[in-house]
Order: sequence, then structure tokens, then C-alpha cells
Amino acid sequence: MRATPRVLVQEAAFDLAAETARLQQGRTDVGGLASFLGVCRGDGGLSAMVLEHYPGMTERALARIAEEACARWPLTGCTVIHRHGRLVPGDPIVLVLTASAHRTAALESCAFLIDWLKTKAPFWKREEFAGREARWVEAKSEDDEAAARWSR
Amino acid sequence: MKVLYFAWVRQKVGTAEEDVAPPPEVRDVAGLVRWLAGRGPGHAAAFADPRQVRAAVNQEFATPDAPVRPGDEVAFFPPVTGG
Repeated sequence: MRATPRVLVQEAAFDLAAETARLQQGRTDVGGLASFLGVCRGDGGLSAMVLEHYPGMTERALARIAEEACARWPLTGCTVIHRHGRLVPGDPIVLVLTASAHRTAALESCAFLIDWLKTKAPFWKREEFAGREARWVEAKSEDDEAAARWSR
Repeated sequence: MKVLYFAWVRQKVGTAEEDVAPPPEVRDVAGLVRWLAGRGPGHAAAFADPRQVRAAVNQEFATPDAPVRPGDEVAFFPPVTGG
């Protein structure tokens, strides 16, 4: 049976250990978990990053991406948590967690999820700096290329 | 028709959301962009280069030729930068 993804869009922080335990709870068929934890960097004197999103569409887009991962790989579980609001350097932004009987499915699906999420989920980052004007982050062509390697 | 704006598109337009009633000749996203751009200087600035603006119709990404109808929720925003 295909796993049902857990998808959350929230302002609050998340707990990697608790989310990992959740994917293992009550089952003995999990042979490996892979995780990607995206963190706010403090490049160039960045003081804060504000993440805006499209409530409603964001949840739908993330659920669809996660369901695609569950269709492509034999996952026992999959969790995607993306934060919005104001974050400071060092704060976690996004968590992708995948579980499977074997490592390849967990590792590949985790990379797929973060690559697709970056180009297919409606989030926008605004960077704030001490003593300088804030700016919207521009989309990168490398992200489009990373997402394109999973198309089929 | 409900129109939503996000990120710098929202800042340039000057509002996050508005209800509009475009004329019947506005049938697709590209037509709606042309019509909205004529609503005021903020709208004109937001849509000055339509290639920089992405759209969604009823919360699905949409191309310029996607149809729009009364009652739709249409959103305009820059290319996404999450993750």
C-alpha cells in the first residue's frame, strides 16, 4: 500500500527527532530514513528572511509533490514541513524526511522532493539586512535544472 | 473574479487581493494581465514585464493561454523561491 504523506505549512519550528520517530513508530519494515533540513544562511549581513506563501495552494502543491514521491519510490513514509514568516540565520526553514525498506529509495526520493519543492511550491523569500534595503530573492536557473533531472 | 498578488507583485500593485469584473473579451491569463495593467500606475508597474510574472488559476499554475472565467481565483506572483 502506498504511504500517505504528512505535509505541514507552519510558522512554528519543527522537531527532527520527533518527526523521525513518527515515521518509525509501530513498524519494523523501515530500513532507512533520509532527511534534508534547509537552514536560513546569514550571507552578506542578512539579518532576517521573511517567507511569504499562498495559503491553500501551498498545501495542495506540497501534497501533490509528496504523493508523486510516494508513487515513484516504495516509501513507508514521507514528511514535508515548510515554515513561513520571519526567520533568522540558523533557523530551520524546511524538512524533508523519507523512510523506506532500503536506502536508495529513501535517498533518491528525499533529493527529488527538495528539488521539486524549490520550483513547484508557491513560496517567496525576502531578505532583510541591517542598514540596507530588503530584497526579494530571485529564482535560480540551477534550481530549474535540478528539478528537470527528475522529469520523465 | 478574485485576483490575488504575492511578493513584489503585491507590493507594486499595492494590495494583496481585489475583486474585479473584467469585460467579456478577457478570456485568458494574458488578456487579464493586459486589462489589469490598465487599472492604475501600481498595476502597470507590476505587469511592466509580463515575463517576470507567473500565474495560477484556481490554485494551479497556469500559462498565459489558460482560460479565466467569472468566479475564478487568479493569482499573480514572481517565480517561486521556497525550499
